[in-house]
Amino acid sequence: MYRYDEIDQRMVDERVVQFRDQTRRFLAGTLSEDDFRQLRLRNGLYIQRYAPMLRVAIPYGLLASRQLRTLAHIARKWDRGYGHFSTRQNIQYNWPKLDDVPDILAELAKVEMHAIQTSGNCVRNITTDHFAGVAQDEIVDSFVWCELLRQWSTFHPEFNYLPRKFKIAVNGAQADRAAIFLHDIGLQAVRDEAGEVGFRVIVGGGMGRTPIVGHVIREFLPWPHLLSYVEAVLRVYNRYGRRDNLYKARIKILVKALTPETFREEVEAEWVHLKDGPATLTGEEVRRVESRFTRPQYQRLPGDDADHLARLADEPGYAAWAKRNVHAHKVPGYAAVTLSLKKTGVPPGDATADQMDAVAALADRYSQGELRVSHEQNLILADVRQSDLHALWIQAKAQGLASPNIGMITNIIACPGGDFCSLANAKSIPVAQAIQERFDSLDFVHDIGELDLNISGCMNSCGHHHVGHIGILGVDKNGEEWYQISIGGNQGLTRPGAPAAVGRVIGPSFAREQIPDVIEKLIGVYLELRESEEERFIDVVWRAGIEPFKERVYGTHDQRQERRSRSLAAA
Amino acid sequence: MALMIKDRNVVADPWLRLERNADGSFPAVSPAGDVIVPLALWREQRALLLARPGRLGVWLEGHEDPSTIAEDLKLFGVVAVHFPKFADGRGYSTARLLRERYGYTGELRATGDVIRDVLFQLSACGFNAFVLRPGEDPNEALAGLKDFSDSYQSTVDQPLPLFRRRQAA
Repeated sequence: MYRYDEIDQRMVDERVVQFRDQTRRFLAGTLSEDDFRQLRLRNGLYIQRYAPMLRVAIPYGLLASRQLRTLAHIARKWDRGYGHFSTRQNIQYNWPKLDDVPDILAELAKVEMHAIQTSGNCVRNITTDHFAGVAQDEIVDSFVWCELLRQWSTFHPEFNYLPRKFKIAVNGAQADRAAIFLHDIGLQAVRDEAGEVGFRVIVGGGMGRTPIVGHVIREFLPWPHLLSYVEAVLRVYNRYGRRDNLYKARIKILVKALTPETFREEVEAEWVHLKDGPATLTGEEVRRVESRFTRPQYQRLPGDDADHLARLADEPGYAAWAKRNVHAHKVPGYAAVTLSLKKTGVPPGDATADQMDAVAALADRYSQGELRVSHEQNLILADVRQSDLHALWIQAKAQGLASPNIGMITNIIACPGGDFCSLANAKSIPVAQAIQERFDSLDFVHDIGELDLNISGCMNSCGHHHVGHIGILGVDKNGEEWYQISIGGNQGLTRPGAPAAVGRVIGPSFAREQIPDVIEKLIGVYLELRESEEERFIDVVWRAGIEPFKERVYGTHDQRQERRSRSLAAA
Repeated sequence: MALMIKDRNVVADPWLRLERNADGSFPAVSPAGDVIVPLALWREQRALLLARPGRLGVWLEGHEDPSTIAEDLKLFGVVAVHFPKFADGRGYSTARLLRERYGYTGELRATGDVIRDVLFQLSACGFNAFVLRPGEDPNEALAGLKDFSDSYQSTVDQPLPLFRRRQAA
């Protein structure tokens, strides 16, 4: 955890006071609905289908146990006893009352938390790899850079009213676990020949209505220039990004319109003026921020825990969980653990207040009092001794948090969808549940192997459907809910040779009840075509193309043609 | 004269801001008095405007590039940046460029949809004068300038970002 100093705390406290006054003026009728909308949006407050929705920031997904307890307390006191962890590593409450929100913010501020810039057309929560600091393939600990960017972006006076929202992701490891090619700015830590840290800068990626894989505009940006360069990107975007059409206002549209090359030139021309200015980072500041992070205290352990290894051989249930939900750690004898929020029958990413308290206790007992939220909507205990894994497993199981499905088809990413969100065209949660139920047999799930299945209830793609190996998108057809299916998407370079990719739609959409059958057909094609168990679903799609999948779902090319001509003739 | 905020005080506004007529033409500029003219009028009638006895200001819309007046800044008693909506943030960049790149030190005023809730950040970007949206009380709005006691970033009034001052402390 980054621990606030007095100034950090004061900023957050002052925001609570400011927002309390804005809410008061709105309720008193002296601030109009329209004005208040812009102002509340900068504080994560939406007016949703049934109630306001409050999105609380979890900067780069990192939480202390005491903060999680506060989140649980808020869920109990002001909501309906649960919260939803989002793909942006934040948490959302779906049922707070508008007039309670200032009190909720004050409660959050007590544990160094806030809802600043969790919505609105400004720089949003900086996201990163949920294994930052513990991954074996680490280049840098991305948390430090995320915190530097968090402070830089917080209430940035120039960039609080951008053409559209702005998302920055940082990846500090070899594998891209932060989807950096699908953000407005993606930053990949790299080291030059001398070992100096810098960043590869990617701009203009994103999902939504126009999914685009981002473009590298700078291969190596030395770290001192991180803030001034990002500032140059933002300034070009703020000045020239479209403001006439909500759907064409993201930076990706500007980059596309100008061409990435011209955009890069604009940024570099702007940067000439900012480079080496006061925003240039200093080693002292990086060390200061580093030193304000709590650091896990590791014991010197000889290596893999013998007892843990023995149990893996003896207990299939434990072994299945360990295979999927336990991850390698850079320190010998330790492991990172994913607590799955993807139990069949529970909306993906939802956790009850009791579960949050239980996880806080687990974090205190087994993982040095901290945890992370992943963009796949699970909770991570990053610093667990292998000798504690079995006990942790038993307790996580008792809380319904040990579904051994990380990386599997049932680890579905889904937005809240039409059950809650007023933007949604269709529901996501029942679709996720129907798929989880269909694939509930563990053996089958494991036979299918790694597969990302993502569901969004509308084009805003909060459920990241574009980058699911299988993506499902809710669409509206004459007021009815339909679902479009795409395959071949990939969130990022998670392994060599498999870059970020946007999925391709396989054909006309389906009614909700058809979805499990369609998914099963897609899986069937995969199982028939794969050359070995190592070849994943996504690898087969990339190797064989989408045609064999289309054929199984819609019939052969000729059959599809014939059907089309018949329906045209009928019309 | 209408009231406005200038240098953290409520004052009477001596300036008249001219807008285009509904048909796009420019209104006649009276010879006396202090006027703030649209950028296009300045470019069209530069000599004429300079020959007037009254003081002269110019105002920019969000899309208008401040570099076009960079060489002329000494001629203006006021530069104004107009916000069609307070959520249209282009003017913030315009202000920073005027102050930090083109070295403008005179009155920089925000006009249009200006409300108390954005005064702090407008001020951080270099505005020192604010003509509030009709209906906003400038005396009440003054408090908005003090919403926050500091900024993390480099700002026009405090070019050293917080991290450099934290180091010094």
